[in-house]
Amino acid sequence: MTATLTQYEEVTARYEPVIGLETHVELGTASKMFCGCPATFGAEPNTQVCPVCLGLPGSLPVINATAVEYTVLIGLALNCRIADWCRFARKNYFYPDMPKNFQISQYDEPLCVDGWLDVEVDGSTVHIGIERVHLEEDTGKTTHIGGATGRIHGATYSLVDYNRAGIPLVEIVTKPVPGTGPLAPVVARAYVTELRDLLRSLGVSDVRMEQGSLRCDVNVSLSPLGATEWGTRTETKNVNSLRSVERAVRYEMQRQAAVLDGGDRVVQETRHFHEDTGVTTSGRSKEEATDYRYFPEPDLVPLAPDPDWVESVRARVPELPSTRRRRLAEELGASEFELQSMANAGVVDLVAATAAAGAPPAEARNWWLGYLTQKANEAGVEPAELAIGPEQVARVVALVAAGELSTGLARQAVDGVLHTGDDVDAVVAAAGLRRVSDVDALAAAVDRAIDAQPEVAEKIRRGKVAAAGALVGAVMRATRGQADATVVRRLILDRLGVTE
Amino acid sequence: MPDDRPGPARAGGAGITRDEVAHLARLARLAVTEQELDVFAGQLDVILAAVARVQEVAAADIPPTSHAVPLTNVMRPDEVGPCLDRAAVLAAAPAAEDGRFRVPRILDEEV
Amino acid sequence: MADELTRRTAAELAALVAAGEVSAVQVARAHLDRIAAVDDRVHAFLHVDRDGALAAAAAVDARRAAGEPPASPLAGVPLALKDVIVTQAVPTTCGSKILQGWLPPYDATVTARLKAAGVMILGKTNMDEFAMGSSTENSAYGPSHNPWDLSRVPGGSSGGSSAAVAAFQAPLGIGTDTGGSIRQPAAVCGLVGHKPTYGGVSRYGLVAFSSSLDQAGPLGRTVLDAALLHQVIGGHDPADSTSIDAPVPALAEAARAGARGDLAGLRVGVVRELGGEGYQPGVEAAAREAVATLEKLGAAAHEVSCPSFRYALPAYYLIAPSECSSNLARFDAVRYGLRVGDDGVRVLEEVMALTRDAGFGPEVKRRIILGTYALSAGYYEAYYGQAQKVRTLISRDFAAAWRSADVLVSPATPTVAFGLGERVDDPMAMYAADLCTLPASLAGVPAISVPCGLSDGLPVGLQVMAPALADDRCYRVAAALEATAGHPLIDEVPPL
Repeated sequence: MTATLTQYEEVTARYEPVIGLETHVELGTASKMFCGCPATFGAEPNTQVCPVCLGLPGSLPVINATAVEYTVLIGLALNCRIADWCRFARKNYFYPDMPKNFQISQYDEPLCVDGWLDVEVDGSTVHIGIERVHLEEDTGKTTHIGGATGRIHGATYSLVDYNRAGIPLVEIVTKPVPGTGPLAPVVARAYVTELRDLLRSLGVSDVRMEQGSLRCDVNVSLSPLGATEWGTRTETKNVNSLRSVERAVRYEMQRQAAVLDGGDRVVQETRHFHEDTGVTTSGRSKEEATDYRYFPEPDLVPLAPDPDWVESVRARVPELPSTRRRRLAEELGASEFELQSMANAGVVDLVAATAAAGAPPAEARNWWLGYLTQKANEAGVEPAELAIGPEQVARVVALVAAGELSTGLARQAVDGVLHTGDDVDAVVAAAGLRRVSDVDALAAAVDRAIDAQPEVAEKIRRGKVAAAGALVGAVMRATRGQADATVVRRLILDRLGVTE
Repeated sequence: MPDDRPGPARAGGAGITRDEVAHLARLARLAVTEQELDVFAGQLDVILAAVARVQEVAAADIPPTSHAVPLTNVMRPDEVGPCLDRAAVLAAAPAAEDGRFRVPRILDEEV
Repeated sequence: MADELTRRTAAELAALVAAGEVSAVQVARAHLDRIAAVDDRVHAFLHVDRDGALAAAAAVDARRAAGEPPASPLAGVPLALKDVIVTQAVPTTCGSKILQGWLPPYDATVTARLKAAGVMILGKTNMDEFAMGSSTENSAYGPSHNPWDLSRVPGGSSGGSSAAVAAFQAPLGIGTDTGGSIRQPAAVCGLVGHKPTYGGVSRYGLVAFSSSLDQAGPLGRTVLDAALLHQVIGGHDPADSTSIDAPVPALAEAARAGARGDLAGLRVGVVRELGGEGYQPGVEAAAREAVATLEKLGAAAHEVSCPSFRYALPAYYLIAPSECSSNLARFDAVRYGLRVGDDGVRVLEEVMALTRDAGFGPEVKRRIILGTYALSAGYYEAYYGQAQKVRTLISRDFAAAWRSADVLVSPATPTVAFGLGERVDDPMAMYAADLCTLPASLAGVPAISVPCGLSDGLPVGLQVMAPALADDRCYRVAAALEATAGHPLIDEVPPL
């Protein structure tokens, strides 16, 4: 059954959205949160487990110091206050991917609280409050067998792999964000983008949404314009890309508006986002809120981060992505608008790196914002994930500047790199893409073209130089575009004894 | 650790009903029989009355104790250590398939 | 000869083996034979690891033959290990059906330390299920019997280890104590049993009942034996975040010093609240006599009041069930243990619930339900939260007491061993066995139970408590008392 949706313009004309985002970040530590099993991705099922992360009877957790450090780094970069004393807590519920049937997390004593992150949207700054940043352990992975979609409905049994169980997870929760109006979906996306870039710059995670090392839940509620109280919020999970963040918020706003318009109330619940259709469907009802029976984890002792140590970590917070962008705008001679375009396309770092590798900034920008963004969209990946990197792009730019490749050939070269993964020079050599400007090599082709079109040749001899274009075209076709058109033209005119 | 969710506050051990025991058993994944419910409800009522005595203590400004010998900041370096052999891991499993633990179909979706 | 070997103390056996007068294999065999001879009546053991024990013994002998020094002061000594402690490839059931047949893939730290010390683990002993109980009657495999009177309980939850040591099946036992489960069985079996300062012995591999209270500790027929064993298993463990990062005190030395019988300057506090209604007169009389004996040795005794000890039982029966309701959630038919009701149609949630109902006994279920209740939203503050505050008050009472006393004493348990079946239908009556031992558990301070006489022919134990980390003081005082009796009380146990 498809839900009714209110037109988006209608929604924002009559309702005020409040959004909130919860992101889970898998930390890039070497070992798991509470044991020494490797925290790497992709191993054979249940080969990266031990008594602790399997929760075997008698096992006990021991905190990973680097995970704590990374969490503090994140908290500081988000302008949080670091707790001077905090504890872990048990979150109790039953699910087969949780070996102990409780998750060691933090409840009312998180490691970092009360921060903020500024996000640029449409030329203005949106100030997003950060409620808390805390540390917990990830669960294992359940695969449902037998159903059509791989989800629980219709499955006949399930299989569980605990390799992921125990990997350190940082949860970042925003304060509710009101006042974004029609820009709510865009703000949500911009926040996650900025957060992702920030986390990447801190080096604490590879933050790949499609791999699950960055997971996002979006909270949305609507209240009538001018209302004093906020509406009932829903939580939407399974939001696996930046685009999905925006789509999910937008969809929820439209769905909730339709519900409210119909005189019903919005059900407080957890919903599931569907990538393919862009809709959210009802999941677990949060009305019967699960009582997690939190209590302080008795197998661990409190964390009391030493203030001097916290300051030493603070010194390691690198230049924030937003600060960096401003600096780059200057260095790259780009306007705010151009920089924003680059940021939206996710190519700021790439352009900067390409310029650093020697390409003129404008060229670097044009390539990344143009052809390469197009290629990325076609492949459904982020520009940073393309098989061609800044160094190689700079090489292409250099070859074009040196006259060895035309723009068309340059694109072919780029395609070749994307296709084979080889470097530019190898691709060019293999495909023989080099612009042929060697006079002797071209002489034969020029002669053949002249012989093939004697009337055109006659026109040129009589001074109609413009007609040379047809012969140039013929030579270009004959050399599969590799000839240097300028050289070809000169050769033709020379051959026919004409000067320009 | 404060819990700000409202709930029916009970003064002194004002009894636990059979229904409550049944609810708690469900929460704890215990399929107690009707007979067990009857016996447990009665026994738990008595026990609760006894343990509710803790509320007699005026402890408003008393901090809770977690550990007798106060320790803080016990951590380990981020180093990889040995894992269990998968065969050993799965040997104890009631059911396994494809290197993974096999369980009957799950009712409640963890979205 | 075999009979003689089983009557020896651990210290004596270790000396005999080290001197080459007897082989570790002979020692192991003698005790395995004793188990075979009497365990049908005592039922101390759930699993006897004959091969493992003999192999360990052979290794001790080989080491000696190679001219290497003994691995520890207890090399060549056999031991009974409570089945709550994980042993690799050897069945570990925790006295429960839900773990029937489970072969752990790893060793507890306690197990590893015993093995490294050349101690031969004879087998795994019976216990109340998941350490919940005071009699072993909550074991899914039937109760153990008190060697002093087979119709009576050996105490619990470490009743199997206690019965084994009291029946001369092993000179040493390992128990665990959460609310008194080493001290109470030691008392009713005429043995020495010590609960270390919380954090003094690693809990890694100790299947958790109540994490903030559980401690593994020694059981022996003499104070020195218990001290020697404590030194082998104690000490910091990086795998246990709650373990104390300090060296184990010189406990054997303290025991030897105590045996010299000079307690001049020692201030003994007799806890007023740990006596009176519910305490058998014979038990209180034996405890009073013991205090008088300490005074004869030079100590000065006075009464001490610890008012919040009255709330120890309610606080404990909120904290322990709460923690256990969470600790036992992992037994869910997924990764190990029992699975019941998986007919291909039922959903996982139902299979879990059926498994847990079939696999857990009534006491465990009661405590899980109680604990779930105490942690629930809306009840947390009034129950678990409040109990943790009471715990602070109990610690403060101890702190105040230490200003005027070096040790605090009381009976270890209000009665002598009760009859099998006497209290099974009355949980509160069963819980009353813990009245004396609970305060030290909640405060995390060390406490020993040492035999102090008989009442109606059945053993009585005196509990001696000391400040945190002062375990040596417990051993010293206990040894002094023991020395005055001339021989260990257990020598008077009727033959089986």
